[in-house]
Amino acid sequence: MAQLEEVTINQYKHLVSERALTGETMLLNMGPQHPSTHGVLRLLLELDGEVVVNCVPDIGFLHTGVEKNMEAKTYQKAEVMTDRLDYMNTMGNNLAYVMAVEKLVDLDVPPRAQALRVILVELQRIASHLVWLGTSGLDLAAMSMFLFCFREREQILDIFELVSGQRMMTTYIRPGGVWRDVPVEFETAVRDFIKIFPKRIDEYEKLLTKNPLFVDRMVDIGYLSKETALSYGVTGPTLRASGVNWDLRKARPYCGYEQYDFEVPVLHEGDTYARYLVRIEELRQSLRIVEQALNKLPMGPVRSDNRKFVPPPRSEIGVSMEALIHHFKLWTEGFQAPKASIYSAIESPRGELGVLLEGDGGPKPMRVHMRTPSFDNLAVLPEIVKGTLVADLVAILASIDIVLGDIDR
Amino acid sequence: MEKSLEPIVKNLQDKFGATYEEFRDEVHCFVKPEQIVDALITLRDEHRFELLSAQTAVDYYPQTSPRFHVIYQLTSLAQNLSVQLRVPVNGDNPKVPTAANVYKTAVWRERELLDMFGIEFEGHPDPRRILMPEDADGHPLRKDYPLGYEEPQFTFNFEEIDLRKPYAKE
Repeated sequence: MAQLEEVTINQYKHLVSERALTGETMLLNMGPQHPSTHGVLRLLLELDGEVVVNCVPDIGFLHTGVEKNMEAKTYQKAEVMTDRLDYMNTMGNNLAYVMAVEKLVDLDVPPRAQALRVILVELQRIASHLVWLGTSGLDLAAMSMFLFCFREREQILDIFELVSGQRMMTTYIRPGGVWRDVPVEFETAVRDFIKIFPKRIDEYEKLLTKNPLFVDRMVDIGYLSKETALSYGVTGPTLRASGVNWDLRKARPYCGYEQYDFEVPVLHEGDTYARYLVRIEELRQSLRIVEQALNKLPMGPVRSDNRKFVPPPRSEIGVSMEALIHHFKLWTEGFQAPKASIYSAIESPRGELGVLLEGDGGPKPMRVHMRTPSFDNLAVLPEIVKGTLVADLVAILASIDIVLGDIDR
Repeated sequence: MEKSLEPIVKNLQDKFGATYEEFRDEVHCFVKPEQIVDALITLRDEHRFELLSAQTAVDYYPQTSPRFHVIYQLTSLAQNLSVQLRVPVNGDNPKVPTAANVYKTAVWRERELLDMFGIEFEGHPDPRRILMPEDADGHPLRKDYPLGYEEPQFTFNFEEIDLRKPYAKE
């Protein structure tokens, strides 16, 4: 371990203006422990009074080395690590990783599993947007939003507990399908949610959308142009609020998204308010997808019957020697994947969640790279906040919806 | 390979002598390190690849030449196409010209690669570590970097392990 070094202004010389070196402007740390940075994020701000001159994000406080850890585990066991990346989007992370594995080994997924995946991932998107709505309301002093949003989110987490036994770290979606079929109570639970939720969205909108205090804090704040967004690799609702119609669910449908009728909200204003409106509309559209998928939910198996990659059901192990052998081989050695590299991506609540998976012919991945959307979305922050007030910085940071687990990996 | 991708790969072959590989409908083009910036500019300006979706690297240790592949995953929103560029880099003193002037997203992505793989990007505007502490040793995602662990302490060897266990300094 190297000796601790004193941090001096010289390290940041190229990132701040010359006025900071003479002491004309002030350097101020916002975070790492600050309620409105949504996690352990440190922002080094150069302030001229109340105005932000420069902003230098410092990340890595939540770095857990997930990519390195996954290299030491078999393909199935590495999936558990993906839950911990973006802890607001566990089902989506599972899906992104599992789809990459399925593409690498060329594995088919039965239609019932595909529909279940869509339902759960869309519920997860709603849950994630609810956390965003609650916390950004909290940042802008709409305290009650937080309580309302977490009430509905709890209902979704109850559904997750019902299907997987876990509220947050689900690991329910597995290579070749899902862990096991959903219990009978699943349909009623989701129907209950579909019934109450549209009214709840109206309630949120009544509280916020036309509220002059809220609107004043958001309109024309934090403008992000289309060109800047694309150059910085910004994706998801943040990009769609800047006028780019790009949603992987429409552009490159996976899991049968092409069967469902939904719209992708796009706004051209590019400000904080537009990002808010896009996400509110996505809540409604996600609910539409959940309803359609539930109505059409086909019967049948939920896991592929390709025994070389998917373990046999418990009931077969007692009666079939082959099943026992497959079970043993898959849970000790794992399955072999070809020596090749693939990239596959899904639309997470925050943007393009891509997985670059490279196999070396053995049972463990040689390289897993998670292209996490928050990382690139945060990188654009210094560009947006230049010249705004510190109080607006809080609103802008909330509107790009970062999750630090997603950034630091 | 998709039909609309053929002229793009052809252009890369003619201009930069790129070779390509295909796997499950994905195209990986191999470009030399000194040509990568020109190749990215060509793709961005002539073929409308607006988005650098991902930039990462793979370590092929113990192989040394090339030891790394630096990967650029590019997406064209207008044409709904993807292409991957790969730059093979040798193990001793790995260096690649920076793409930060072509795609801004490369600024942070290249800092991450410097941090995790020790690949240097020439001309990078802000070459600092991004995830690890400033004073960290080594580059964690290299294959020769050990995956750390903590020794479990039991009653019979508690003090013995306690002596050599790293603690945060006062």
